[in-house]
Amino acid sequence: MENEILLLKGNEAVAHAAIRCGCDGYFGYPITPQSEVLETLAELKPWETTGMVVLQAESEVASINMLYGGGGSGKRVMTSSSSVGIALMQEGISYMAGAEVPGLLVNVQRGGPGLGTIQPSQSDYNQATRGGGNGDYNIIVLAPNSVQEMADFVDTGFELAFKYRTPVMILSDGVIGQMMEKVVLPPFKPRRTEEEIARECPWAANGHDLKRRGPNVITSLELDPAVMEQKNLHLQAKYQKIRDTEVRYETTYCDDADYIIVAFGSAARISLTAMETAREQGLKVGLFRPITLWPFPTKEIGELSKRVKGILTVEINAGQMVFDVRYAVEGRVPVHHFGRLGGIVPDPDEIVEALNKL
Amino acid sequence: MSETTHPTNLAPSRADIISPENLVYKKPELMNDVTMHYCPGCSHGVVHKLVAEVIAEMGMEEKTIGICPVGCAVFAYRYIDIDWQEAAHGRAPALACAAKRLWPDRLVFTYQGDGDLACIGTAETIHSLNRGDNITIIFINNAIYGMTGGQMAPTTLMGMKTATCPYGRVAEIHGYPIKLTEIAAHLEGTAYVTRQSVHSVAAIRKAKKALRKAFEYSMAGKGSNLVEIVSTCSSGWKMTPVKANEWMEENMFKFYPIGDIKDTGAEK
Repeated sequence: MENEILLLKGNEAVAHAAIRCGCDGYFGYPITPQSEVLETLAELKPWETTGMVVLQAESEVASINMLYGGGGSGKRVMTSSSSVGIALMQEGISYMAGAEVPGLLVNVQRGGPGLGTIQPSQSDYNQATRGGGNGDYNIIVLAPNSVQEMADFVDTGFELAFKYRTPVMILSDGVIGQMMEKVVLPPFKPRRTEEEIARECPWAANGHDLKRRGPNVITSLELDPAVMEQKNLHLQAKYQKIRDTEVRYETTYCDDADYIIVAFGSAARISLTAMETAREQGLKVGLFRPITLWPFPTKEIGELSKRVKGILTVEINAGQMVFDVRYAVEGRVPVHHFGRLGGIVPDPDEIVEALNKL
Repeated sequence: MSETTHPTNLAPSRADIISPENLVYKKPELMNDVTMHYCPGCSHGVVHKLVAEVIAEMGMEEKTIGICPVGCAVFAYRYIDIDWQEAAHGRAPALACAAKRLWPDRLVFTYQGDGDLACIGTAETIHSLNRGDNITIIFINNAIYGMTGGQMAPTTLMGMKTATCPYGRVAEIHGYPIKLTEIAAHLEGTAYVTRQSVHSVAAIRKAKKALRKAFEYSMAGKGSNLVEIVSTCSSGWKMTPVKANEWMEENMFKFYPIGDIKDTGAEK
């Protein structure tokens, strides 16, 4: 099964990767444009091979709380949904952040607000990178720009989730979820044994070796404000450590660039074509692609802004990441935004036009 | 006054009372030595004790995962010495479902109140029961929101006064109390559905047997189990503990009759 190469949709790649990277359970509810994740898992029947649990929940509210219960017991569990469904999950995500429960979420974004559209969008950037639920917290957000990264980020997401005891979100969109590409599936990794879980998750509530270690309680509740402040400070210290160590990004032609496009996910793929066209026309453009949207590559974009004349963020939304870029740039150069809304994916020519207006 | 004065000179000494040969009762080993936050006369303490006893008697101390609700039992994890997870309001069955499916050899139960289970968490409750998740749902029904200070519950009786129906529950405004346990009995996934109480020694013994059966069914993979305990809330009802017990017998038991509603084990 090593290095198996398949032609898959992004959503299907997530399902294949989950089975191969030792996922213990998937809990999800159908919603366009990500239903292939659950459909593929159901077809592959991993409960007969790796023992992975696959369950269609009664709602996204139930899915995220199954994630909370499964992650709280130390298991590698995941869910997937799309924008509206992710909005429903925010209470559970906040509980998981507060109780420090690991888990992996995949958001294959569609346009909003409300029921919106089933067409692709990146308008959940704020929801994903600002925590999304109540309280002071963040979750790690990974933004894939290919089917390959959809597959690769499943294992990366689980590793980060357990390293920091936090929910991790793969923030994809309808383009990446639905398009088909060649993908090298990750090498097979067995599910952890009970003893391995006990070693990796001594905090988990699962009864294992309880008499020796004493009971574990997974909770976000604390009524004593002095203790609760300490719990919050502990979370903030953890988030700072993540900011210091887990920033990921990719740069293309940034070294000699006069202008920089900052774009993530499918917008970054389209921007790559736009960048090449602009270069052919004599405009020295580079592409900076944040891979972690939280933690955001603030320092790196700040440094880059010292060497360029202007920055354009390209997002499939009304301008959300642009504020993080402006914060990073601290007014050194103009930062503009170009985006399309309502499920319309920008054309490379539109981006070149926006670059020429900088 | 003289009738209530104890003849202290005739009372046995403390040493006599706690001497091993005189011990007829002891605290379950799984109960922690902490002061409970429950009000005097509340049923929670008794039910906690029964849960702790049944887990120990089944030898499942190291193989149990309890799921706490939001409500008065939110701190149940302080009192019983097992692993716990604290759910969001109403979501305990979803946590339990995942925990049980991922750890099939564990005893998994939720401990929920009427607002948690029969109002905000109705969907999670019904779907977990209907899936036949091999768990036990312990349902404390005291017909009121205790933790938040005595508001109307989905199980508040008609005419009953609470902070949010101060003139009494009326159907035109508030609708009717819900019998979730009867609904559960109609679901294919449920193995054992029963309604018990803990207002007398006899009732406590029956409630304990019911909990044991539910836990055993869940471990035998028979399906989901619901044990409702009709309970008192003397603070919420604004009654003395004794009066609350009487009121419960006179009013609650009429609408929420005590006894087994479904037992698939008995049928076979």
